[in-house]
Amino acid sequence: MSELKTTCLHDKHVALGALMSPFGGFDMPIQYADIVTEHNAVREHVGVFDVSHMGEVEVTGADAERFVNHIFTNDITGAEPGKIFYGMMCYPNGGTVDDLLVYKMDENDFFLVINAANIDKDVEWINGQTDGFDVKVDHQSDRYGQLAVQGPEAEYQLEHTLHLKCAELAFYTFSVAELEGEKIIVSRTGYTGEDGFEIYASHATIRTMWDDLIAAGVQPCGLGCRDTLRFEVGLPLYGDELSEDISPIMAGLGFFVKLDKEEFIGKEALALQKAEGVAQKLVGLELADKAIPRHGYEIVTADDDNKVVGTVTTGYHGISVDKSIAMALVDAEYAALDTPLRVHIRKKFFPATVVKKKFYKKSYKK
Amino acid sequence: MSKILDGLFYSESHEYVKVEGEFGYIGITDYAQHELGNVVYVDMPEVDDEVEAGAEFGAVESVKAASDLNSPVSGTVVEVNEALEDEPGLVNKDPYANWIIKVQLSDDDELKGLMDAEAYKTFIGE
Repeated sequence: MSELKTTCLHDKHVALGALMSPFGGFDMPIQYADIVTEHNAVREHVGVFDVSHMGEVEVTGADAERFVNHIFTNDITGAEPGKIFYGMMCYPNGGTVDDLLVYKMDENDFFLVINAANIDKDVEWINGQTDGFDVKVDHQSDRYGQLAVQGPEAEYQLEHTLHLKCAELAFYTFSVAELEGEKIIVSRTGYTGEDGFEIYASHATIRTMWDDLIAAGVQPCGLGCRDTLRFEVGLPLYGDELSEDISPIMAGLGFFVKLDKEEFIGKEALALQKAEGVAQKLVGLELADKAIPRHGYEIVTADDDNKVVGTVTTGYHGISVDKSIAMALVDAEYAALDTPLRVHIRKKFFPATVVKKKFYKKSYKK
Repeated sequence: MSKILDGLFYSESHEYVKVEGEFGYIGITDYAQHELGNVVYVDMPEVDDEVEAGAEFGAVESVKAASDLNSPVSGTVVEVNEALEDEPGLVNKDPYANWIIKVQLSDDDELKGLMDAEAYKTFIGE
């Protein structure tokens, strides 16, 4: 195991007394106050996350659009600059390399935002697919810091504390601001189910912005509540709901897989999965009891035969919904809404019902 | 600085036992509740269940993780703190007032194997 990496804000997290823990190869803040306080700050007001661990890759060149469409499940054909797409990179067998955002910077210029834990793997994968394309792949993770400012008051904080124009930005679009000669990317995106923004800039600028937001009273938020927030609105985390073995179709993310596109890696396998059905599907589960289903716990049938039919991918006592809930990968025959199942928690089996994965309603500003 | 009460016995897995006559009240220490964060569920045994020193008898679940509860002493459960069923966060508010189970002790000698307040303070490095 190589040494943990740090973000450009590491010293500030330590100074704030954050509980630090390894995540995706980085020493990251899990919480500053406590997860519930931070979670509620984002749902009700605003919070700021250091997400500088995320990776950035820029793809440029005459074939940039065709290349990104080749490695990406969503369809970026003919998009206007300023538009952002969510989707996956898949293996030929349909398994997921990573889920990512693609920013269209310019006609032949795309900015890819990838998961921290997958940076090395993704960069190698992307570089391995360039044969026959006139493109340049530039790994820029070390060049950028990134903040996520999330919550109903995020727009106010960007406009008034950071003096970044963002009120006019539509959901899943971005603008490039000039600040003392530096180009800063501001996008209306996030991973919390609330309105909010993500900002990509140099380490020095990110450090100043962080200080300004904290001074303005914005709650610093760790990865603990980032996970509870994204989970409650049914957003997947690579490693839990998506993996080499879990395709976007299995994860219920078919909306982001454009099978009518001419070609992309994994298209045939994913088309087959969609046509013939998948062996396992991602579902939501709601428990009647307060016991908490955790990642890796077994799902068994409602009958007493204790037949294992699935596994919990993420589970919590939902902070905003006040129930024990989980996302779980279950055999397709048990994936229908209202199917009764049970979760094996320690020594006991707790009844659960299949429900929609969106446990809490998103409040995006569209 | 964690709160540590004199007169209680402490285990290395951060449970305490407060002895009153033949009974012991078992809960988690202030240090433990702070390390766990927001407690959202306490998995408790049932009255008349036997608990054994050093063995798991339940769990405390915070938002981020489940943590086993190990009994510092052996005995029979005579009461569980039902208030924690509706309000598990009481464990965070005052872990010493909000014990988890009340046990009829089967072997007083086991208490000698536990730490007193001073030893526990050293154990957690405070």
